[in-house]
Amino acid sequence: MEASRRGELEPTKHLTKVERRSDREVVVTRRFEAPAQLVFEAWSKPELFERWWAPRSMGMTLRSCEMDVRTGGTYRLGFGDGMDFFGRYLEVTPPSRIVWTNEEGGENGSVTTVTLSETDGTTMVVVSELFASKGALDADGGGAADALNETFEQLDELLDALTSYSG
Amino acid sequence: MVHYLTARLDASFAALSDSTRRGVLEQLGREEASITDLADRFHMTLTGMRKHVGVLEQAGLVVTEKVGRVRTCRIGPRRLEEVSAWIERYHELWDTRFGELDHVIDELKRKETTDGSKPPR
Repeated sequence: MEASRRGELEPTKHLTKVERRSDREVVVTRRFEAPAQLVFEAWSKPELFERWWAPRSMGMTLRSCEMDVRTGGTYRLGFGDGMDFFGRYLEVTPPSRIVWTNEEGGENGSVTTVTLSETDGTTMVVVSELFASKGALDADGGGAADALNETFEQLDELLDALTSYSG
Repeated sequence: MVHYLTARLDASFAALSDSTRRGVLEQLGREEASITDLADRFHMTLTGMRKHVGVLEQAGLVVTEKVGRVRTCRIGPRRLEEVSAWIERYHELWDTRFGELDHVIDELKRKETTDGSKPPR
């Protein structure tokens, strides 16, 4: 945003690909115009991470961001109203791999694996999220749609009532 | 993502605000039908029925398929739990995130050029 205001070039925007690998795994792929070292920095430094992880344009506001990015370290992201996302880093290997657990869902937790691979100065980022079960994946819904879920459920009920009428 | 969801909800509720369209959904809930069938049943012109079906289709409540000269309508995929909707929401979240990440990375790249050739630690 600031960049365009200063009249500088917008960064090249690559396509984001999302793929269901199985009932409980979803994989996101995206290329970035920078060496892996830089991309890794943006994933592992809290002051950088908090600037892009919770986009304000999607109605998300990150209130706090504590990250101890090393193997065995923990993190906690606070979205206010007691809504915290937290877990542990299972593996941190600069600049190519970060693996963490998402423990806020209890038994329905998931493990996120981020892999960075550099070719000719650009970096391919692969994010895999492996859920405990298919049900856990379905319930997650991308992690940010909770506020509208209820309205959608009401709409679903209404549609059910309309379309299953057999009189 | 929230924007996308809101737009879809608006379209769905707008589509349902009309009694003919609710009737059409009820009818299609029982069995699929052509536009002509629906126009007859609801005593409307073909053009009028086409418009109603178009609104339902836009909201994703109805899908239509043209085979030969007949356009058949049936209930569309609309469940929030559906895989396609899930993927769409997931995609929108990550695509927005990565758009922001582009900006952060771009800034780091510029800083690096200013600070000299050594990568920041």
